[in-house]
Amino acid sequence: MRGYFVGAGLAIAVAAMATGAMSTQATAQSEIKIGEINSYSLLPAFTEPYRKGWQLAVEEINAAGGINGKKLVVISKDDGGKPADAQTAANELVSSENVAMLTGTFLSNIGLAVSDFANQKKVFFLAAEPLTDAITWSKGNRYTFRLRPSNYMQAAMLVEEAAKLPAKRWATIAPNYEYGQSAVAVFKKLMSEKRPDIQWVDEQWPPQGKIDAGPVVQATAAANPEAILNVTFGADLVKLVREGNTRGLFKGRTVVSFLTGEPEYLDPLKDETPEGWIVTGYPWYSIKTPEHDAFLKAYQSKYNDYPRLGSIVGYQTIKAAAAILAKAGSSDPEKLIAAAEGISMPSPFGEITFRKIDHQSTLGAFTGKTALKDGKGIMVDTAYRKGSDYLPSDAEIEKLRPKD
Amino acid sequence: MAFYVVQFLTGLASAASLFLVASGLSIIFGVTRIVNFAHGAFYMLGAYVAFTLTERFSGAFGFWGGIVVAALVVAAIGVLVEMVLLRRIYHSPELFQLLATFGLTLMVEDLVVLIWGPDDLVGRRAPGFKGAIDFFGQNIPSYDLFLIVLGPVVLGVLWLLFQRTRWGVLVRAATQDRDMVAALGVNQKWLFTSVFALGVFLAALGGALQIPRDAVNHAMDLRVIVEVFVVVVIGGLGSIIGAFVAAVLVSELNAFGILIFPKISIILVFLVMAVVLIVRPWGLFGKPEAPARRTPGLTVNPWRPLTANERLAAIAVLIVAAALPFVAGNYLLTVGSEIAIFVIFAVSLHFLMSVGGLASFGHAAYFGLGAYGVALLAKMAGLPMIVCLLLGPLLGLVGAAVFGFFAVQLSGVYFAMLTLAFAQIVWSIAFQWVSVTGGDNGILGVWPEKWAASPSHFYWLSLGIAALAVVILRIIVFSPFGFALRATRDSPLRSEAVGINGKRIQWTAFVIAGTVAGLAGALFAYLKGSVFPDNMGISLSVDALVMVLLGGVETVSGAVVGAIVYKALSIWLVSQTDLSKLVLGGFVVLIVVAFPKGIVGTLEAFMHRRRKSSSSASSPLLTSRIESAE
Repeated sequence: MRGYFVGAGLAIAVAAMATGAMSTQATAQSEIKIGEINSYSLLPAFTEPYRKGWQLAVEEINAAGGINGKKLVVISKDDGGKPADAQTAANELVSSENVAMLTGTFLSNIGLAVSDFANQKKVFFLAAEPLTDAITWSKGNRYTFRLRPSNYMQAAMLVEEAAKLPAKRWATIAPNYEYGQSAVAVFKKLMSEKRPDIQWVDEQWPPQGKIDAGPVVQATAAANPEAILNVTFGADLVKLVREGNTRGLFKGRTVVSFLTGEPEYLDPLKDETPEGWIVTGYPWYSIKTPEHDAFLKAYQSKYNDYPRLGSIVGYQTIKAAAAILAKAGSSDPEKLIAAAEGISMPSPFGEITFRKIDHQSTLGAFTGKTALKDGKGIMVDTAYRKGSDYLPSDAEIEKLRPKD
Repeated sequence: MAFYVVQFLTGLASAASLFLVASGLSIIFGVTRIVNFAHGAFYMLGAYVAFTLTERFSGAFGFWGGIVVAALVVAAIGVLVEMVLLRRIYHSPELFQLLATFGLTLMVEDLVVLIWGPDDLVGRRAPGFKGAIDFFGQNIPSYDLFLIVLGPVVLGVLWLLFQRTRWGVLVRAATQDRDMVAALGVNQKWLFTSVFALGVFLAALGGALQIPRDAVNHAMDLRVIVEVFVVVVIGGLGSIIGAFVAAVLVSELNAFGILIFPKISIILVFLVMAVVLIVRPWGLFGKPEAPARRTPGLTVNPWRPLTANERLAAIAVLIVAAALPFVAGNYLLTVGSEIAIFVIFAVSLHFLMSVGGLASFGHAAYFGLGAYGVALLAKMAGLPMIVCLLLGPLLGLVGAAVFGFFAVQLSGVYFAMLTLAFAQIVWSIAFQWVSVTGGDNGILGVWPEKWAASPSHFYWLSLGIAALAVVILRIIVFSPFGFALRATRDSPLRSEAVGINGKRIQWTAFVIAGTVAGLAGALFAYLKGSVFPDNMGISLSVDALVMVLLGGVETVSGAVVGAIVYKALSIWLVSQTDLSKLVLGGFVVLIVVAFPKGIVGTLEAFMHRRRKSSSSASSPLLTSRIESAE
């Protein structure tokens, strides 16, 4: 009995695999394939615009003749927010789809899992969104590159503004996982270097996605800080802002906040957007550069919607992947690495470079202040900060990154 | 001082939200014994529907009307679910309804994104409760005060309903002894339906009332469901007052706990539950369960070892499976290894559940401990792979020995929830102890040595160990120890009377199951090359439960089939469709309806009946009696 089912299950699996393998062989000659993995089902608010972004990039690349004459195909997989499932997907992409490289991922631990997989299987991996510093530094490897400005870079950008504030008593509110912990740690370190007079009077660590905002707001207010660092985002941020507004936590206090200016997180706040927060983000409505205009126009005409930061990340990830593949002229991982180290390319935010020393791109971010306009949250006083200006010295990186 | 008063009130407001949802769950469980995993999904639906209604109809009437209508709409959906789905499976094995509600939850998560879009939705503030009230320089949101009042009001209404109406009397009677209520001629069908409707109404109301404070999103259900279960269990199953007291206890401990330990929130409810259950095994206000009248493991066809022919068939299948590397590519082999590992994991839980009668909700803890054991040995001590595979599972053994000792003192759902609490405590240690475990970034670079590195070799290794694990556990089932374990499961009093030390037997079974799970985890670490706290998370424990229930809890080795079907299907669906949760959930619900005893259980019953009817000489009297005893 049991045997019958084991057999049947395996037979189904074999059949499924066989059909998959057949369809891939037929078109392999004229195509170049990229494998893409992201947390589509877990984080649709971020990954849907991201998907639109990369689909636009694929369309543009193929309209312009593909990569060295070959059509670009992106095969996309969902990881469900689990590192183990991301590895299963990566394995499928590499072993049975024969992709030239892996891209994508959002969560830091998934980015690290795929990066370790890439290192083990000797596959090129371009991480799109994971912010953890570890992926390029302490756990960096030669097969992994990263597009988005890291935790360290975003913290350094915010510190530049935060250090100018007169506030001396600071409190922090951050989600209790690696991203929140390292954001707070880097911010504290950089801030204390610039301003030794600062005191850290309170820290709150609500569990990610499960903030009980009332007590957290009350506890922070009780420490009577002059300024607050916030690292929460998504639904947690909404709850925090709502409770904070009602309880007057933000009155007379400056808040410095990671990522809050990104449309993904700012737009849901609508008329409850707190004003005057110093944030990193993406003010798509006020960027007036030819590169961004071109992107914005293409995006809006294709989707009839405005881009989020995820759209930029998705778009540029595939653009960068294509540029690397074109320069390498091959899908051999070693040649891809050689091509990617030091490669420069245009982006909607201006020219970016993938650094040779730590495989980090110099894509920057916008900083600015939150404001209310027509019942919606926007960023004002925005400035683009180049990634290259907010990275530590080469000597420091040599110490952080393991030798290949 | 004013601060502490305000913090206390803030805690009370959190408690009120929690209580609304928890009370519904408690009522449903008390009467129908359904572990309603979909309770969080109804809570989330309540919030989504209320969002739509309150956006459409403005003004005070539109808002409050919208909230109530939303709860009613969702309650109607609940009635539909109960009548169409759950009614079919009340007579299935214990916990089988969990599988149905789990399938529903998966479906709802994808459906809300399809209907309402992926963005977080921020609803209106409640008219008349937008601001805050000044209390000696501290602000208290007026909506919090509203919730603080609402909680006890709902408690009072429920109390009156249960104490002063005939319906309430029936519900209380059914909570105590539903067989007796049925024997007295009460129409159970409608009693169950109405109770389910009330429970779902309360869940949806709890969700709808969150829209002025929260962002409505597709992850709300999982955020609330576990916590609510914990509250119900701390309070004592079926006790509404208990649920209220537990909600206040948990919320206040959190509100004041974060002042001293800001990181306490992540684990607090589970710590409280573990302490309460160890001190008071039936929760704060619960009563000891009456001795079970029906034996949970009673099957129409008693267990027996495989016949010689069946043995040959099993060996043949194993040989076919072992021939896979000659036809399949690397990806399929890796998936095959993963499935084999989950077979090991599922049979270990199955051993505990079906042979021991102990359903663990936290079995992933021992899987994860095995994985971390391997990762720590390999990365820190640099031991070779064979040694790691042998020693790693010992961490699972130690964990199972320690936690199992406390857990087997309890039974039924209390046992399940205590194992869940222990699993969450272990998880939070892996999550928080960054210097050793790497926190949620995990431990990387745990790859197999050369001899096992190729996908085919690793597949053979996993398959071999899986076959070995299944065989060994079957041998244990039919050993004297296995019989003693089944005796303890079926009748604790009688087995004690014949001199079986039930607790020690169960503890031993727990340790065996934990060690085998640890072995699966150890292999898993090498398969993935990394270990994350995820490997001991709730979702993995739930996956294991689903595999066992899918296979059939009343069978000897049904979990093997359950694991293969569930794992293969979920890997395939995630790879093929963006709506994998919707399809997988739908599939689970279909299986529940088509195979009300699990896949293997239903097929066995079917074949048994056919054999019976072909040799009609066998006594029909006996069969019918046993079936009605079910």
